[in-house]
Amino acid sequence: MSEPQRQLLLDHQAVRRILARMAHEVVEQAGGIERLTLVGIHRRGVHLANWLAREIENAEGVAPATGTLDITLYRDDLMAIGPRPVVGETRLPIDGIEQRAVAIVDDVLFTGRTVRAALDELTDFGRPSRILLCVLVDRGGRELPIQADIVGKSYNIPSGDLVEVMVPEIDGQLGVALVKESR
Amino acid sequence: MNSRYAPSLGKDLLGLEQLSREQILGILDTSEPFKEISERTIKKVPLLRGKTIVNAFFENSTRTRISFEFAEKRLSADTVNFAAGGSSVSKGETLVDTARNLEAMRIDMVVIRHGSSGAPQFLAERIASNVINAGDGGHEHPTQGLLDMLTLRDHLGRLEGIKVVIVGDVLHSRVARSNIWGLRKVGAEVAVCGPKTLIPPAIEELGVTVFRRIEEAIEWGDALNVLRLQLERMKSGFIPSLREYNRIFGVTRERLERAPRDLLILHPGPMNRGVEIDSVVADGPHSVILPQVTNGVAVRMAVLYLLAGGKSESAEMARTGMES
Repeated sequence: MSEPQRQLLLDHQAVRRILARMAHEVVEQAGGIERLTLVGIHRRGVHLANWLAREIENAEGVAPATGTLDITLYRDDLMAIGPRPVVGETRLPIDGIEQRAVAIVDDVLFTGRTVRAALDELTDFGRPSRILLCVLVDRGGRELPIQADIVGKSYNIPSGDLVEVMVPEIDGQLGVALVKESR
Repeated sequence: MNSRYAPSLGKDLLGLEQLSREQILGILDTSEPFKEISERTIKKVPLLRGKTIVNAFFENSTRTRISFEFAEKRLSADTVNFAAGGSSVSKGETLVDTARNLEAMRIDMVVIRHGSSGAPQFLAERIASNVINAGDGGHEHPTQGLLDMLTLRDHLGRLEGIKVVIVGDVLHSRVARSNIWGLRKVGAEVAVCGPKTLIPPAIEELGVTVFRRIEEAIEWGDALNVLRLQLERMKSGFIPSLREYNRIFGVTRERLERAPRDLLILHPGPMNRGVEIDSVVADGPHSVILPQVTNGVAVRMAVLYLLAGGKSESAEMARTGMES
């Protein structure tokens, strides 16, 4: 059995360009920034949402509303996985999400189960006029009928392999790597 | 293992004596995100949907039972309350029967308050469901100890090195015991103060300082946890009179004003105003008695989250630092 192989899919520059483009797409699809709220999913989605918010502020002159969502308590596999994950902070704007265009921001879209949980959690907070899904990497392998509205980069990656998104706040760098299953 | 997991508590929460420092801090850290759920418009998450929890209160309680019930309902569990207060059922046989009956009804967790020390453990050893001790005799009241610690940490910024005085009837108090175990494990200094008749002999062996005079305790401490003086103690001759108790051990504004620093005031409730604590102190700017109640719900949600579905082996691994 060999060591897992690690391969860089996207470097710092590539991710930066992608995020700049995604920022424009989010604003376009939300129909402006007045009603846009970016909600990052713990953990890396939170930092990507902040990055997108900065990009939008640079382009539009105004920063969109942002929030964070921890979906742990809405997971469908929590009782089965054994150890209990650390629960992060859920913090939505004080004005709420009622009648807003909410863009869920996450690092990787895979089975779709995280997004299912996020949709359930968000709707417990109110009724947005629109919910968009915005992911840096769509790696395929969906187990639920869920698709993203805004995608940074799409791949078709075998289910045993791991896509690792790195953000400066947690990993010290920006990038996307593929970790191949050891065979 | 990945540090993104909270330390396991295993199957049951019986007391803080059995928990490690990491497990205690793990519960307190886990309580933080649960505080926010009670601030939402819809105060509910689907975590324990389909789980059944029995609140078996063999002894009267309002605050603790309601707090547990809020915690359970905000996590979407189905709850059944079962009060056997006042009845003179003896522990042994009745609890075995209770255990068998509960298991037969396919429940998932039991929260138990009982007048006899050790009743929750007795139950935990006989059923597969998770058991949470909500106060047993003079033994422990772990969730009260945890919510006191969370409140202390919220307001003092840390637990390590802080000085906490437990004032009053330490002898009969399970709250005092859970506080002593918990606070000592996370590196706080603990003292007790009260009439000699209400301080257990050799309590120093738990690493606790004993003050005979409340003035000295107030001078020493950062926080006072004022215990309820159970009025029946007077009849049993532990103290001469309530007035005398208030005169000598009462936490009064005059006494606190002489302290070198502002002390945080905690009380597990229900209070006897004018006996162990004066109203101006209980309602004063340094009282955190109501934040304690708010934190109680968050701590109990955290405990339910960490225990639900837990098995006995995982606690052993968490204690010994093994990884699963």
